Amino acid sequence: MKTRRIVSIITKEYIHIFRDWRSLIIIILMPILMIILYGYAITFDIKNLTFAVIDDAKTPESRELIRGFTENRFFVLKYMDIKRGEIEPLFKKRFIQMVIVIPKDFSESLISNRVTKVQLLVDAADSNVGTFIYNYSNRVIQLYNEKINFKTPGIVNLKPRILYNPDMKSVNFFVPGLVALILLLISALLTSIAITREKETGTLEQILVSPVHPIEIIGGKVIPYITLGLLNGTIILLFARFLFKVPINGSLFLIAALALLYIFVALSFGLMISASVKTQLVAMLETLMSTVLPTIMLSGLIFPVASMPLPLRIISKAIPATHFLIIIRGIMLKGVGFWELWQHAAALSAIGFVLLFIATKRFKMTLE
Amino acid sequence: MLPIISIKNFSKSFGKTKAVENLNLDIEKGELFGLIGPDGAGKTTTIRTIVTLMAPDSGEIYVNNLDVSKDIRKIRSITGYMPQRFSLYPDLSINQNLNFFANLFDVPKKEIAGRKKRLFQFSNLEPFANRLAGQLSGGMKQKLALSCTLIHNPVVLILDEPTTGVDPVSRNEFWIILKELKSEGVTILVSTPYMDEALKCDRIAIMHEGSVLAHGKPEALTALIDNNIYKLTGSGLINKYIDSIVQITGILSVQSFGDSLHLTFPKLTSEQEINDKIKDILKQNFMLKQIEPTIEDVFIALVEGKSQNGN
Repeated sequence: MKTRRIVSIITKEYIHIFRDWRSLIIIILMPILMIILYGYAITFDIKNLTFAVIDDAKTPESRELIRGFTENRFFVLKYMDIKRGEIEPLFKKRFIQMVIVIPKDFSESLISNRVTKVQLLVDAADSNVGTFIYNYSNRVIQLYNEKINFKTPGIVNLKPRILYNPDMKSVNFFVPGLVALILLLISALLTSIAITREKETGTLEQILVSPVHPIEIIGGKVIPYITLGLLNGTIILLFARFLFKVPINGSLFLIAALALLYIFVALSFGLMISASVKTQLVAMLETLMSTVLPTIMLSGLIFPVASMPLPLRIISKAIPATHFLIIIRGIMLKGVGFWELWQHAAALSAIGFVLLFIATKRFKMTLE
Repeated sequence: MLPIISIKNFSKSFGKTKAVENLNLDIEKGELFGLIGPDGAGKTTTIRTIVTLMAPDSGEIYVNNLDVSKDIRKIRSITGYMPQRFSLYPDLSINQNLNFFANLFDVPKKEIAGRKKRLFQFSNLEPFANRLAGQLSGGMKQKLALSCTLIHNPVVLILDEPTTGVDPVSRNEFWIILKELKSEGVTILVSTPYMDEALKCDRIAIMHEGSVLAHGKPEALTALIDNNIYKLTGSGLINKYIDSIVQITGILSVQSFGDSLHLTFPKLTSEQEINDKIKDILKQNFMLKQIEPTIEDVFIALVEGKSQNGN
């Protein structure tokens, strides 16, 4: 292995990068666009749920109960006193997600200290929304109970303290995840294209007949793109911090160091793909498929790994983003340090070296 | 003296297609050797195997006494190879392209400037040294490509169809450069589908369907033909009369060369006899002239001979 040959390939790659400023702009703009689009689109925050009320009682107490629902940002009262026959059409047209039916004897029943029944109809076609409505309605009723029965002794009152994401904003959960997704995708795309482009133009044949070693070619291709990956990572983090107001509680240096490791893994992945693919188009498609899909489905980006069946949990361990998600969420939200994360850093390094090894092995020095 | 490239019983197939079958060839040090043959003759496969980009299925190939299947890296450092579709980096300048290949081939740093200067002498590219390769004309690109393959002073220069798709003036210039390199002692192996370029080589091998039909000096090969070749020119030959001409008794073959025809007759048939027969068919002005056989005639005779033997 000769550093001189690596350096000459690195220099050449940098010339490619800077001469082709259009691609450079795309490389910089694409992650920005992605984080803005996904950051606003993917959200579990539930707001503006519309509901209808059938208030047969029409007493101050029943109005007080309805106010309990309308006095927060989650529910919007849309229809008052609809007929019972209208409930189903409204649900089907998706005009409302919930109906509250207050019986005629609501107030009398309350005053005479009987258990009073209020009916809640929930559209649970989207089970997350359904569960949310059910839970939140319980909470509203609980508050209402406390208000009217303040003298009742012995009610257990749960006093929650929400840690690490006190406002429970899903953006704080997702945006760090997007950092993982975008860094992986862009970095893997960069290297997979860098090699297949030379295959397409035929220049690779020219490099291959030189006494160059595969490690030199691969090293020369990875190193320039690490700097581009870091630039991308910095941009995405700036957007996360200042546009989406995601806190960065841990050390910036640790984020940078581990992001570097993660970028290395992603670049090696791109190289591995490009080693066995002939055209840029196929390389792009394969990279897209094999980075985005597993990352979204299996890494814990959206769906928690803990609730997956065992085989999928095992597979998820081999996905780089699984480890980086724990790392980046840990550092940004919980402010954890290296000693809590070293196992994941080690796993990432292991995956990276395996990928690089396969890439070097697969990278044929011949044209067959 | 040992040949610098020695090919023994070399075969190579891709799936079921046999690209090269049982090829034997020796190329001597210092000669300009041409591999002549149409597309699909197996020229590129042979060349790619010599430059270690492919491994032979069977047989042995030695370059400067180095085995192509074992001493891959050593062979790569002594050969200069210009692929058929040579591509330079279009976004790198002439200088940057040359420097890149000089570094890749471990040319001593001190020597790079001197070698570039020498290469510029024959390529005349010096005034454009900072121009991007993508902005050069076809002929200039090709000269730059040749310079890049020569930057490490290879012992053997191997060129795969270097003149395909290049304008006639640049083609001519290119052959002059090759002759110059040869005079400096570089062994050159060049493949070409252009039969007329064969005459510029010291020795040639005519390839067809994966094997060598004949090899030797171009003059010696044309002398092999023991039939007479006549060139027939006139109007409407190919459109109207070719079918009748093929019917002439004693005729061995008819080939079109541009708008003229090459007719092959046994030596026994007299020119007068042929002239009369053609007059009967054409009933108009024409010109019939006996000509020296070209390499193309040799090729056609060999291919026809081969297929007749096969039948």
